[in-house]
Formats: sequence, structure tokens, C-alpha cells
Amino acid sequence: MRRTLSKADYWFLGLVAVTGLVILPCLNAFPPKESFFHVSDFKVSLYGKYLCYAVLALSVDLLWGYTGLLSLGQALFFALGGYALGMHLMLMIGERGVYKSKLPDFMVFLEFPAKYPDTAGLPAHWIPFYNFWFATGAVIWVPALLALVFGYLAFRSRIKGVYFSILTQALTYAACLMFFRNDFTFGGNNGLTDFKDILGQNLNSPATKRWLFICSVVLLLLTFLLCRWVTATKFGKIQRAIRDSENRVLFSGYATANYKLFIFVLAAVIASLGGALFVPQVGIINPSEMAPEKSLEAVVWVAVGGRGTLVGPIIGAVGINALKSYSTHSWPEYWLYILGALFVFVTVFLPKGIAGIPGQLRNLKKRMSRPTENMITAQVSTADTKT
Amino acid sequence: MKTNLSKLFGGLAALLLCVQLNAAETVKVGVLHSLSGTMAISETSLKDVLLFTFDEINNAGGIKVKGKSHKIQPVVVDPASNWPLFAEKAEQLLVQDKVSVVFGCWTSVSRKSVLPVFERHNGLLFYPVQYEGEEQSKNIFYTAEAINQQATPAVDFLIADGRKKFYLLGSDYVYPRTTNKVLKQYLRSKGFRVPADGEEFDPIKHDVYEEYTPFSHQDYQTIVARIKKFSAGGKACVVSTLNGDTNVPFFKEFANAGLTSETCPVVSFSISEDEFRSLPTKDLVGHLGCWTYFMSINSPENKKFIADFKKWLTTAPAGVEKNNRVTCSPMNLSRIGVYLWKQAVEKAGSFEVDKVREAMYGQKFKAPTGEVVMQTNHHLKNPVFIGETLANGQFKIIKSLGAVPGEPWSAKFLPKL
Repeated sequence: MRRTLSKADYWFLGLVAVTGLVILPCLNAFPPKESFFHVSDFKVSLYGKYLCYAVLALSVDLLWGYTGLLSLGQALFFALGGYALGMHLMLMIGERGVYKSKLPDFMVFLEFPAKYPDTAGLPAHWIPFYNFWFATGAVIWVPALLALVFGYLAFRSRIKGVYFSILTQALTYAACLMFFRNDFTFGGNNGLTDFKDILGQNLNSPATKRWLFICSVVLLLLTFLLCRWVTATKFGKIQRAIRDSENRVLFSGYATANYKLFIFVLAAVIASLGGALFVPQVGIINPSEMAPEKSLEAVVWVAVGGRGTLVGPIIGAVGINALKSYSTHSWPEYWLYILGALFVFVTVFLPKGIAGIPGQLRNLKKRMSRPTENMITAQVSTADTKT
Repeated sequence: MKTNLSKLFGGLAALLLCVQLNAAETVKVGVLHSLSGTMAISETSLKDVLLFTFDEINNAGGIKVKGKSHKIQPVVVDPASNWPLFAEKAEQLLVQDKVSVVFGCWTSVSRKSVLPVFERHNGLLFYPVQYEGEEQSKNIFYTAEAINQQATPAVDFLIADGRKKFYLLGSDYVYPRTTNKVLKQYLRSKGFRVPADGEEFDPIKHDVYEEYTPFSHQDYQTIVARIKKFSAGGKACVVSTLNGDTNVPFFKEFANAGLTSETCPVVSFSISEDEFRSLPTKDLVGHLGCWTYFMSINSPENKKFIADFKKWLTTAPAGVEKNNRVTCSPMNLSRIGVYLWKQAVEKAGSFEVDKVREAMYGQKFKAPTGEVVMQTNHHLKNPVFIGETLANGQFKIIKSLGAVPGEPWSAKFLPKL
């Protein structure tokens, strides 16, 4: 592990851990509400949401930045994780719903008791979700299974490049339309909402919010370490070789399809875990979370932050979402222009994203001092990013 | 000298007090409507009419609480048609901006998303768009039409018109599902033959057909062919809860198939004057609408509302669409919400939510359509009208049904079987 982490990694991880695990929770818990240093419960949940998005961005980067697979359907796995935990939270509402029934409200007014009389109205596949650990397990195996089947078919057929992107986008759109249907038994357009508690703890209490935030920080740190480890091993080298020239890897005797399948499943599970922590902090999951534009947004975060790095996607996801939160409130009429201008600026002037700025500065410095050598470095760096 | 000084200070203090009394106090009010994304086309109009109403109230002296005049200071945010963002923005308005009230939401899912936030922070939301009911939060006032102020009156009208067969067509989401569930039971109670749950439709045995299409569905050929067959015997009608852009292909196909408003009228619950800006009006001529407000209502209050709104538009801030603007029911209900809240605050003498809520009950307002009353069930008693679409995108009022008390719980207004 020591060899795989650079000095910059240690600094970054340390900074995130100290801020996320110590400073913010303490500032939320101890100073009085009026104090300047107090961080409100609202802010804690908001930051937790950004971190879940950062986990999603890491999963996109693992595929796109490191393996050259541009998945435009990553939000599907994020949403599936959200739904799996959401189903458990929905059942935990119990009789505190509008209709004072054991069934979730939407099942009551869609007349599920008449449709599923054998199980008192609750569709059979909902029943195991009464158990928290089953739901947590489902957060992992449901997206993994879907990614395995879809990935197996796609990679066996040697689908790559833009065709892979289109297929993943079609997959998430199809799932979105299916979840929109009320007959699909997952709440249709309204989705799952109005959760009351998790593991017996009130979801609205400051302590629960704080714990969920801490869980998000831990998840992000673990994901970061896992990604760093995977990409630093021999496996990771093959992964990057696939990105840069898949045919060469294939002819060297590697079954590239298996490598891609593994990374696709891993990325799906990572995204799903992010989604599972997203839902209790945000309070709603509905099919629009799997709409194609959500996956595109995640790709934009990675592009802005810097793909092919691990710090970049985190900066991109947290930064853009924080900017979005701020600007939809402060400049509601113009925030789209602000974000659009930022994307254009990054594409034109920062081809390697925000995380690439130090490298660009170094290059610039070199160019200033030794103009001839700069040609060579420029060539090397373009070869580097070829996918 | 000493007395003079004290007089001077006394005078100064009195002066300061006067200045304080006259200085316009402000009250922050949240506006939570999507200004971007898929819902922007509908919700931006509501933001505009809210800003207009705030200006109208501010120019008339603001809100008077305990002798002090408070100007409304709107805090506009953009939840961008994104449901988790609705919850985030609602919490930001309540916690950070500490607004006294929020006006907002269009879709049911956005309301469901913010409802726990308003209940947790004991906020106040005014919701102005026709909806499915089955909800009555103490933190929300629904100025919107409930099912018994739109769907059941429209069906009553069609029955009186001699219609014998009903084709219930909707987009697949909670509002059409709930509306049709209520309508099926209502039609059953009126003696129509409705298929039981799970029973296949049989053209000989049944008079009511129910069907749903996904969002943004484009291909209505099969469905219109089915409607044509359904209406072949005459005396049929379509009750449509299709939303948004699906109406364009539906009405085009409907007209192409040779169906007209005479042979088979369509009554739509989601099309108001504002939607006609993006619909092919000529295909809709003669079809019906049912709302608690039409722009064509002929009353001095309505004429003044339309004229003032149009005048406001000429001086409106940049970014507000100024051409071809109309008024419609959700806009009227948004404005009514603001006035009812103002009156309740003035009666309560406070902006505190619990006191305002108590004062809201029984609050009356002279709206463009006549008098509306806020009931203790958080819904309005509001006059209902049925209109026929004209080629210019307006409605000709063909029936006024008088004031109907809104009732969110279908179990309370449906006749028992």
C-alpha cells in the first residue's frame, strides 16, 4: 500500500479525513446554533450529498479515465443502490403513513391489496427488504448482477467506443421508463419518499444526519484507496493498456473482455454504494435519477475535475455541485450560463481538468526556460492521453 | 440647560422612533418554481405572476402587521426540475433565508419531495396546481383544484350532455391514476358498467375503458384507432389526463382519424391557456376544459388582473417573456394564495406559521372569478367553470357551476356503493 500512495495522496486523504471526520462533525455538534462556527444540519446533509456524488464520479473515472470505457449509464447503478435502500426505509415507515396502513402509501392507493392478495398487498420481492442487511446486500448484488449480464454481452460482442456509450445510455433510459411505470411496483414517477428512520434512528435528528455524513466520508476514503490500489497493481497496468491500445493487449494474449467486465462490475457496485448513502440524506429517490442526463452530468464532473486522476473527479463532483447549490439560489436566472461558461473554459483551456493545472503550470515553466524541449514533452503528453 | 438637553434627547428619540415606524420593514418570501429543465415552460409563468403580485401588494402599501408596513422581499430560487434539488432549495429557503412562507411546486413529485422538509421545519407552502388529493399536510395550503373541483364536475357535465361511454386516457403517473380511480368509482355509482379491478374490458359488457401511456409518448395511432372503434356507436367521450407534449401527437392523430368534438369530445384536465402557447390549437377546437378560472371570464376583477399583469410585463425585469402572455388557472391560484396569506398575516398580527395557519381558516378573497374561501381542510371553496376551446387558444365558457368546496379525500365525496 505504501508504494502505491504518493505524497500528494497522503495529503489529500489526510485533509479529507480530518475535515470530514473531525472538524465538520464537531462544528455541527458543539458550537451553539447562533455561533459563527456552527455548521447547520442542513449543510451537513448537503455536504454528504456532494460526497455521494463524488463516489459516483470516481466510478465513472475508473471506467472512463482508467479503462477508456465511456459509460453514459453510471447513474443507473447509483439509482439502483438508492432504490434498494429506499425500499427498506419505505417499509420502516410502517403505519406512520397517510393511510395508517402497513403498506407504503402508493401501494394503498394503487390498490395493491387487490392485486397481490396472497401477501396482503405487498409484492413478494418487497418482503425480504424488511431486513436491513438484506437491503444492504441488495445494494451490492443487484447492480453487480445487472452489470455482469450487460457487460458480458457487450464485451463478448466486442462493443467498444461510442457504441458502448450509446448502449449504456439506452440501458439507463430503458430502466428509467420501466421504473416510471406504476405497474412496476416501485412507486412510479413519485418514487420512494417521506422516510422516517434508519436502524431505529430518526432520520431527521442531527445525530443521524451527522453519522450518515461520516459514513459518506468513510465510503469516499475507502473508494479512493480501493481505486488507487486497483489502478496501481499489474491489473491496473493492463487496464490502462486496454485504454491506450486494446488490440495490442489482445494480441499479447490477454482476454481483455474479462478485465473490462471486472472493472465494469466493480464500478457499478461503487456507484450503487454512493446511491445507497445518497437516499437517506436527500430523502427521495425516483426514476428521474436514472434519466440519461444524470449520467452525463457525472461525466462532466469527471471531465472538469480531471479524468485519469483520482483527486480530479472528487474535486469536480464536489465543486460543481457546490457551485450549482450556490448559484441556483444566488443567481437563479443565470446559473446555467455560469456553469456552461465554466465547462467551455475547462474544455478549451484545461484539457486535463482542474487536477491537471499543476502539470500545465510545470509545462509552461519548462517552455519558458527551454523552448526546444517543449515539443517533445507536448508529444509525449498527447500520446499519454490517447484513448 | 439640563432640561433642554433631556428634551433634545427625548425629541431625538421620538424622531428615531418615527423614522423606524416609517422605514419600510421587509418580509422574506420564497419562490420555489423551476426556471430551467423540463418543467420550466410551465413554472416560469407562475414565478412571473408571483413577482407581479408582490409588486402589486408592495405598491399598495405592503403587509400591515401591528401598525407597521412590511414590504415583500422575494427570494427566488431555481430547483431546475430536479426533485432532490427541490428538497434542498426548500430547506435552504426555510433554514438559511428564514422566509415566512414559500409559494411553489408544480408536479406532485416535487411536492412530495419538499413535504417532509416543510413538516420538519414547520414551514408554510402554498401549492397552486390542480392535483390528485389524498394529502392534507398542516404545513401546506392547497389553492389548487381538487378532483371534485375538476374531474367529477366535468364528468357530470358529459353525463348531462348524454354521453354514455367514457374512455379514460392518461399519462402513467400518480395524478391520472388517482383521478381515473376516483372517476371509475364515480361512474359506477351513476350506473355505468365499469370493469372490475383486473377484469378485461369487453365492448359489449362495459362502458368505461382505461389506458395509460408513458411520459413523452409519441405514437398515438393504435390508441386513436381504438378510440374510434370505441366511439363508433356514438355518444362516447374521452377524459384525458395526458400531460405536456404528448398532447401534440394525440390531438393531431385524433383529428387525422376524422374524430371531432361533436362525435367524441375530449375533456382535458392538464391543458390551460398557458399550455396553448406550445400546442396546435386548431386541432383542439371544440374540445373541453374544466377549471376554476378562465382568462375569458367577464368580470371587472379579471379585466383589471389581466390589464395590470400586462402593464407589469412591460416594466418587468430582463428575462421575463413579454410577448403573447396569457393568464390561466394556476397563475390565478398562485396570486390568490399570496393575497390569502397577506390577509391571514394581517389578521394574526404576526408572521409566525402557527398563528398564520389559524388565521387562514375562513379567509375570504374577492378573486377574478368571484369569492373564494379557505376551508379548514386547507383547500379552497372556489367556483368551477366548463369551457370550450376556441381557435385563438381561449375558452368559451359554456357552463358555470358555482362555488364547489374542495375535498382532498375521495372517500369523503364519492357516493357509497
